[in-house]
Amino acid sequence: MNHPLPEGPDARYAEHLAAGRLCVQRCKGCERHIFYPRLLCPHCHGEDLDWVGVSGKGTVYATTVIRRRPEQGPPYNLCLVELDEGFRMPSRVEGVEPETVRVGMAVTARITQQDGADIVVFDPS
Amino acid sequence: MSFRGKVAAVGTGLAGIGEAPGLTQIDLTVIAAKQALDEAGLGFGDVDGLFAANLQNIFAPLNVGEYLGIRPKLSEGTQIGGSSPVAHLIWAALALDAGLIDTALICYGSTQRTVAGKLLSPSTSEPLIYEQPFGPRYPISSYALNASRHMYEYGTTREQLASVAISARQWAAKNPDAFMRGPLSVDDVLGARMVADPLTVRDCCLVTDGAGAVVLTRSDRARDLVKKPVYLLGAAMAHWHRQISQMPDLTVTCASETGPRAFEMAKLGPADMDVLELYDAFTINTIMFLEDLGFFAKGEAAGFIAEGGIAPGGSLPVNTNGGGLSCVHPGMYGIFTVIEAIQQIRSQCGERQIDGAKTAVSHGNGGHFSSQVTAIWGDGETL
Repeated sequence: MNHPLPEGPDARYAEHLAAGRLCVQRCKGCERHIFYPRLLCPHCHGEDLDWVGVSGKGTVYATTVIRRRPEQGPPYNLCLVELDEGFRMPSRVEGVEPETVRVGMAVTARITQQDGADIVVFDPS
Repeated sequence: MSFRGKVAAVGTGLAGIGEAPGLTQIDLTVIAAKQALDEAGLGFGDVDGLFAANLQNIFAPLNVGEYLGIRPKLSEGTQIGGSSPVAHLIWAALALDAGLIDTALICYGSTQRTVAGKLLSPSTSEPLIYEQPFGPRYPISSYALNASRHMYEYGTTREQLASVAISARQWAAKNPDAFMRGPLSVDDVLGARMVADPLTVRDCCLVTDGAGAVVLTRSDRARDLVKKPVYLLGAAMAHWHRQISQMPDLTVTCASETGPRAFEMAKLGPADMDVLELYDAFTINTIMFLEDLGFFAKGEAAGFIAEGGIAPGGSLPVNTNGGGLSCVHPGMYGIFTVIEAIQQIRSQCGERQIDGAKTAVSHGNGGHFSSQVTAIWGDGETL
């Protein structure tokens, strides 16, 4: 029998962001948080996942500055943030010069809009 | 399961290293393949196993097979990034050992430089939706993130990263095929255009054309074909992630798994290796692979490299052709780690030859430190 389909996890994540909530999945089996959204836990392969709100507090795990030709615009930050709940998100730190973003820097998540979509960026804490 | 010594390389070919205007990537591939078969005293009609994957056509085995007018019994085109041709060794060894095929041709070619003029990245056709909004410049930005973390955890410096590029350039100066052979200093690397901090353009691999091919057969037949077959003593592959934001630890690749598994099959260890060919897409790669493959503890490779340890005259010869940094990097470099390892053991390397090289490592990397494949080679004495 054809399997009944669940709601798509990407859409669910986007719905939470649109409502102003940073929510990710947490596995009921191993209690680990999961990012990006998916249909099973990549740590224990459990399928029973909750959507939970997270603090948005984290630290910069790795960082770079993307350089461009001047006519293409100024350099910008690209980083990976490790959230206090133990998962990582690709993002950027805003509000400071990209060169000053450091590994280990404390940061806080903020939902913002870009190209018509909600994304999560970080500010220094 | 072990295929230790069951199959051997009997020929290698290179074509279009650098620039190859007016030719397609399949033209180049076929030139390299012909050279590899000639070396083995074989013809295209002998090829019954065809192994090909590239970034310019997704049906690579079909395209190469059709061009050549051959009818393979078995083809393999798995695409796991630049390590793919190294991974193809495993499937070729299994198919040869099982008797499904008798002659395996592994081939790769690209005209990335003359056609695109930049690094081809499959990520443009395969958006990574949670990274894309932040403007990654694949693949460089991902490796820059690895480098930033390695610097944070182990105190690795930009000067040490630069020393990887300088070591590669010193080897390239001894290789007439290498694309960039001029002198290179630490200041040259540090002062070059920054692309993604901490990596300047000289911390990055070349953008060249180029093709390579390897012919493998079962060891008993190999001994009838050539004076000096090079035996595949062990090989292993692994992948733990696709995109950099999913890499479990940005300072540890799954070469930490493929190295030990390949060495176990080979019944040899890092200390037994005479020459190493490691996929150096960026300077951080060489450092992390020397650690992960077991040649150094974490954080200890960079200092050794900065003292000239992997350069000509150093105690551990690495990337003797000049590597992806200074010899050739046509989108996927993996097959060139295989070819240089084989040619070193066959004593075909001229001024850059490592005297008496009997063993070698080929290590392929794919994606964003995503897939890793390690192969261990030896001459007849190592069987």
